[in-house]
Amino acid sequence: MTTSKQMTLKLKVWRQKNAKDQGRFVDYTVEGVNQAASFLEMLDVLNEQLIRKGEEPVAFDHDCREGICGSCAMMINGCAHGDMPRTTACQLHLRHFNDGDTIVIEPWRARAFPIIKDLVVDRSAFDRIISAGGYVSTNVGNAPEANSIPVPQQDAEAAMDAAACIGCGACVAQCKNASAMLFVSAKVSQMAHLPQGQPERARRARNMVAQMDKEKFGACSNTGACEAACPKGIKLTNIALLNRELARAQVKS
Amino acid sequence: MSTHPRLDSKIPSGDVEKKWSNRKFENKLVNPANRRKHTVIIVGAGLAGGSASASLGEAGYRVKLFVYHDSPRRAHSIAAQGGINAAKNYQNDGDSIYRLFYDTIKGGDFRAREANVYRLAEVSVNIIDQCAAQGVPFAREYSGYLSNRSFGGSQLQRTFYARGQTGQQLLLGAYGSLMRQVEEKNVELFAFHEMLDVIVVDGKARGIVVRNLRTGEITTHTADVVILGTGGYGNVFYLSTNAKKSNCTAAWRAYKKGAFFGNPCFTQIHPTCVPVSGDYQSKLTLMSESLRNDGRVWVPKAKGDKRSPKDIPESERDYYLERIYPAFGNLVPRDVASRAAKAMCDKGQGVGETGLAVYLDFGDAVKRIGKDGVAKKYGNLFEMYEKITGDDPYEVPMRIYPAVHYTMGGLWVDYNLQSTIPGLFVIGEANFSDHGANRLGASALMQGLADGYFVVPYSIANYLGGEKLPPVSTDHDACKAALADVKGRVQKFLSIKGKQTADSFHRRLGKIMWDECGMARNRAGLTKAIADIQKLREEFWSDLFVPGTGEELNQELEKAGRVADFLELGELMCRDALEREESCGGHFREEYQTPEGEALRNDEKFTHVAAWEYQGDGKTPARHQEELKFDYIHLAQRSYK
Ligand SMILES: Cc1cc2nc3c(=O)[nH]c(=O)nc-3n(C[C@H](O)[C@H](O)[C@H](O)COP(=O)(O)OP(=O)(O)OC[C@H]3O[C@@H](n4cnc5c(N)ncnc54)[C@H](O)[C@@H]3O)c2cc1C
Ligand code: FES
Repeated sequence: MTTSKQMTLKLKVWRQKNAKDQGRFVDYTVEGVNQAASFLEMLDVLNEQLIRKGEEPVAFDHDCREGICGSCAMMINGCAHGDMPRTTACQLHLRHFNDGDTIVIEPWRARAFPIIKDLVVDRSAFDRIISAGGYVSTNVGNAPEANSIPVPQQDAEAAMDAAACIGCGACVAQCKNASAMLFVSAKVSQMAHLPQGQPERARRARNMVAQMDKEKFGACSNTGACEAACPKGIKLTNIALLNRELARAQVKS
Repeated sequence: MSTHPRLDSKIPSGDVEKKWSNRKFENKLVNPANRRKHTVIIVGAGLAGGSASASLGEAGYRVKLFVYHDSPRRAHSIAAQGGINAAKNYQNDGDSIYRLFYDTIKGGDFRAREANVYRLAEVSVNIIDQCAAQGVPFAREYSGYLSNRSFGGSQLQRTFYARGQTGQQLLLGAYGSLMRQVEEKNVELFAFHEMLDVIVVDGKARGIVVRNLRTGEITTHTADVVILGTGGYGNVFYLSTNAKKSNCTAAWRAYKKGAFFGNPCFTQIHPTCVPVSGDYQSKLTLMSESLRNDGRVWVPKAKGDKRSPKDIPESERDYYLERIYPAFGNLVPRDVASRAAKAMCDKGQGVGETGLAVYLDFGDAVKRIGKDGVAKKYGNLFEMYEKITGDDPYEVPMRIYPAVHYTMGGLWVDYNLQSTIPGLFVIGEANFSDHGANRLGASALMQGLADGYFVVPYSIANYLGGEKLPPVSTDHDACKAALADVKGRVQKFLSIKGKQTADSFHRRLGKIMWDECGMARNRAGLTKAIADIQKLREEFWSDLFVPGTGEELNQELEKAGRVADFLELGELMCRDALEREESCGGHFREEYQTPEGEALRNDEKFTHVAAWEYQGDGKTPARHQEELKFDYIHLAQRSYK
């Protein structure tokens, strides 16, 4: 049952006015927040307090607040989206913290995700990777009757597991090399499991990885930090699959 | 109150089954070589805007796409959970295009245009083909064929789904196709750009004014046509299931430039949402309607029964939906289910700390198909519920309450999806078409994709093929004037320097709307709400505080602009609700109900669309009517008993 206990939290928040600014941590105290509130609602309370004092609120991205749009993005005590497994920052609730806790909040840090302001980073590199091949090249009006191509249930399920990626960038943020392999492999794997994705298989893997390198994401050293941080449970096995796809692509060319 | 010459619905001739083919045949075309000469502005990349951008890019137009999100993949459509309807009849349970048409007209309580709805049902089958071809991982049977589930307002299984993430998968499908067009340079993407006005030249929509949300730079862009796929305005209530940034600004700016607003008061209140728990609350979370396939809704028979649900024996539970509506049971349409929940809580049978909740119980489902069976179907929803409430719904029934979810109202469009401003097309939830006074579950995704993939491309060709459109440069007086207006407005927000935040005004507006223009409405309440909103608006313009400057990422400034528009739209919604002296679908006027408390329509006076025309600030807008004719499905009182 929901409890309506109030709590006080001490925050160390990364403040950075713009891309050029150096940035620094600033300490804040938020008092009287309800334990049933979400982490972002706690930041709303902080911002309301700051604005009332005539100060600038902390900029952070968010939209759906239910763990699906991939907008919210912040390191909470060194963990992407906080340390609750399979939870985005917007789904994290204060009942998992203790009254009086100190919480450190930082933006994603990666060369490919430059900081725009405070906790907001530029993730357009992900869009460009998708542009490079994360689709089936079918035009509207070309499609055959949907049931004319049956898809074995286990393949559809495996594709769906990979397709659950929300493009938040937690995998990159948690990786010491800031690699985007989990993100790329999730898309490649979704398509590799489906008959519709076959004709472009080799090209897709090659082009997406080439774009990833161009965006200056780091190399993958298989530590698995990305898998642990992923709020959607995207599996490391996708990376193994991507490596196989790349090997295949090489043979083909 | 009159019909208006600009309210020509342009419904094609012929039998309803032939109308769409007739229209496609009559339409003018633009040959492929000429398409590159036309610039098309699209605002929004949800299912509607995303699918339109991909289709028009493929067709060879020069598309400029604007979204306020940092990526098109983040549009609010991503959050749709349950599914998408299509009249495939894969389950051999008697479905057909005609039946989907029938269910949608009836579900909408006879306040939608027959011709549009028939077309929607007709193209629904192509949508599934298109999405499967894109690699959308729909749920499958062991046979490898597509699987279906049921949604409210229907007695058969026609809903396609991808676990509880159908919107996400459909959107990512459209997004992939769209990004392919970006790669091929047919679509130019302007992410992080918010449209703040429409530019009208010689009576036609020819461009937009946008603010770059990162740098604050305000610029104009011109084109031959403008398409808005900017979503719904449920956030006028502050608390809703919509994403936090969803807003009415694009539609409202268009309204103020001459686009009529259709049925603004038609709001959908979704019956199964996680109840409000405190005043810090920033949004409400939907628990998909698909849960009503297996969950049973009940309240204790006794008023104020505070026992834990486990301690309340079967004989002391009231499964009120099954009792009152035996034919549809837990799967009655949303408006009916929401009102029933409110009625139970008003009688004192509500549960939980606030008494504003009912149970949605999976006990029987767990017994029947096991915990694993339930998890397979609804696992992610259960997880989501547990994260929010801390309760485990496999063990304890969910507590749910209705919440604002969707707006059937929107910019008025004709059959071609063109607004009353020539050259301004409106698609998806942003328009008013197709759902009448109540939308059936799994029909918004269908409509968004129908509009974007299969309807608007034809309309655009027809428009461009038939109009003389001299080039308009950004130096044109109309562009300069619109630019100056927008800049002035932004400066105004920053210069008030009062004491209250945009959010605090938004919350107060939301409360007025929920109390007086929510699930039940009446004359006195609506009249009072109009006065209260006017007062609140005055206070907003004299006591708003926006920190920071206009030349940087400034989220408070973004909110201020959106709240300012909500403060005007809210009043129009109350006016519309006041004038519609009947109850229909989601619009329930307490004065007009049957002895059993069901909605009582007044077909003689209100079988029409109310289309509102802006008359200037401070002036009462004009209400026009588009009469609705029902040639195929006969007007009847809806019954789900
Ligand atoms: C929680 C939830 C679950 C749902 N589940 C279902 C379901 O299962 N089945 C179903 O059929 N329907 C469902 N719906 C309804 C459905 O999701 C929406 O109606 C539909 O997705 C709307 O799509 P859209 O393309 O019209 O707009 P949106 O997806 O809202 O997209 C709007 C786009 O416009 C852009 N935009 C808006 N204004 C501006 C501006 N001024 N400047 C620049 N860009 C702008 C945004 O960036 C965004 O890209 C659900 C809705 C909710 C809230
Ligand atoms: S705000 Fe959408 S995932 Fe967190």
